[in-house]
Amino acid sequence: MATILHPAPKFTPAEEVKDAICATLGDILLEAVIEHEELILTVKRERIEDALRLLRDEHEYQQLMEIAGVDYPQRLERFEVVYMPLSVTKNHRLLVKVSTDENTPVPTVTTLFPSAGWLEREVFDMYGVLFQGNTDLRRILTDYGFEGHPFRKDFPLTGYQEVRYSEEEKRVIYEPVELAQDFRSFDFMSPWEGAEYVLPGDEKAEAPKADSAKTTDKPKDTGAGKAADEKAAEKKSDAAPAQTDKGEDKSGAPEATEDRPGKEPRKGETVETKSATEVDKDKGAS
Amino acid sequence: MSFTVEESPTTIGDEAITNYTINFGPQHPAAHGVLRLVMELDGEIVERIDPHVGLLHRGTEKLIEYKTYLQALPYFDRLDYCSPLCMEHSYVLAIEKLMNIEVPLRAQYLRVLFAELTRISNHMLNIGSHVMDVGAMTPNLWLFELREDCLNFFERASGARMHSAWFRPGGVHQDVPLKLLTDIGDWIETRLPELFEDAMSLVVDNRIFKQRNVDIAVVSKEDALAWGFSGPMIRAAGMPWDIRKSQPYDVYDRMDFEIPVGTAGDCYDRMMVRVEEVRQSAKIIKQCVAEMPDGPAHSTDHKVSPPLRGEMKQSMEALIHHFKLYTEGFHVPAGETYVATESPKGEFGVYLVSDGSNKPYRCKIRPTAFSHLQAMEFMSKGHMLPDATAILGAMDIVFGECDR
Repeated sequence: MATILHPAPKFTPAEEVKDAICATLGDILLEAVIEHEELILTVKRERIEDALRLLRDEHEYQQLMEIAGVDYPQRLERFEVVYMPLSVTKNHRLLVKVSTDENTPVPTVTTLFPSAGWLEREVFDMYGVLFQGNTDLRRILTDYGFEGHPFRKDFPLTGYQEVRYSEEEKRVIYEPVELAQDFRSFDFMSPWEGAEYVLPGDEKAEAPKADSAKTTDKPKDTGAGKAADEKAAEKKSDAAPAQTDKGEDKSGAPEATEDRPGKEPRKGETVETKSATEVDKDKGAS
Repeated sequence: MSFTVEESPTTIGDEAITNYTINFGPQHPAAHGVLRLVMELDGEIVERIDPHVGLLHRGTEKLIEYKTYLQALPYFDRLDYCSPLCMEHSYVLAIEKLMNIEVPLRAQYLRVLFAELTRISNHMLNIGSHVMDVGAMTPNLWLFELREDCLNFFERASGARMHSAWFRPGGVHQDVPLKLLTDIGDWIETRLPELFEDAMSLVVDNRIFKQRNVDIAVVSKEDALAWGFSGPMIRAAGMPWDIRKSQPYDVYDRMDFEIPVGTAGDCYDRMMVRVEEVRQSAKIIKQCVAEMPDGPAHSTDHKVSPPLRGEMKQSMEALIHHFKLYTEGFHVPAGETYVATESPKGEFGVYLVSDGSNKPYRCKIRPTAFSHLQAMEFMSKGHMLPDATAILGAMDIVFGECDR
């Protein structure tokens, strides 16, 4: 294990508890890894309740501090639900994970921890993960009547609806989002380290090679030669402009005013014209 | 002689009085923000409470996914805006844990010092407003003076009174001048005990205050554990649980301080635990000021923390580091971690998932208020309507953090 340099909270080393926990969980456990001095357990989704019950009753993980949802859209079961039990007597934290998709419910753990109620509601609200057995699975953080699950990776950051107070209707109204400026996602990733965009020109590297070279071998194939040159030299029109132009100005355009130094300064006043906005009395307002 | 009893036309005989439902909030001075409690009352007795939260939901966690690690930091100030530096603390520790970087000792001392100052300023606000919720005005005004002092210290350290963004991965943004440390040292010796003890002398033995708080919302150890309580809420229930002590981070393991616990688990205990925590925080600050070592105030690894400005003007390499840090930002190795610290309100955790890029893949924030507010119904059931404000005041809830 690498030396610990960081000053983050230190608790009972995960190695000490790993074997005992793995033995208790038995076939519920799918995977147990130690990462950053933390024990991360992946368990079977349908038996998460058993897993947390065993941890609570056999291993003194009395508190469920948090349930976090994570979305990995590229996975078959895209959502990960992470439970974070804490043992105040053994001074240890765990991460217990299950994975699920949009339609498969996860068994609720409100039967074990009353604090799970809101935490599950939040995961449901944000990701749309269903919890089987949670009797109060309402939305919690989003607006009344909100549609969609905003923390999914495919939900746009700006959302779909915006809210404002309408002075005309004297109430708060919902409208489709209208951005004054396009959403700009700045990508500062270096192109050498996995940037998602293609550098200009790089797309050619991907293009398939032509089956045969596009150059022709002989002049005969292109038709080039003496005959073609003669044909090109033939006159088509009698006077191409470049040949007949002798510097005369034929267009009759006046000379630029700046070039008439002899011109006298303008005298007299400007007559005010009828305002464009004034209504013509003869015609009347239409 | 006979007489007839005249029935008052106003009495309604045996007619059954049904429960009625009222809205407490979303705009209510005792709701400490935008909390809507749908209360079902039987006369003045609370039968059922359904807290509606989320009115201040801003999608912080989603926004963080679109920012670099450094750009995401100021969002944490805006979670619990009464104790901003403690919010940053969990986040920077989570990044440091994923990257496994070393933080200079002086930076760790500074962070502990300012986290404790934040705790004092948070408790000043909470104690003051809790006391005001149950009818006392004066202590709140006195305590706000102390809070103002704390905010001035934050301003002198970071330039901002509330949203400091001063803790950074690898240390703190800028070192503090010596004068600030000596001023904090003076303040903690003279002004804080004077004003604070004065204000508390009005409250702690006050008959009215006790009538409103003693034996209100008693929570046993078992219930506190089951409902996921933390911080002063679990300590008031009699559990000596403090993350600063049991899972020390930064230099808390070098500090000598006590953990106050309650005996009855009622609102009065919760309040008194906070009062004692202020004194313990003062003790920690004194130690920090006395022991403050010299040295850099942030990591010298310029892949994480920027070079000094003077250096940047002279050295090409420093300039490149500076540019890269403030455009692309640093990359955090793929992995995940849950880091929780003892914020003034309880366990404030950050579950950080990195995919190896310069932006967090997922940053779940564990607010302290969520589990406490969830227990609101359980705690208020059977109490009177005015007790609900005392219970809420003793919970110490800020909606910036609860709703994220």
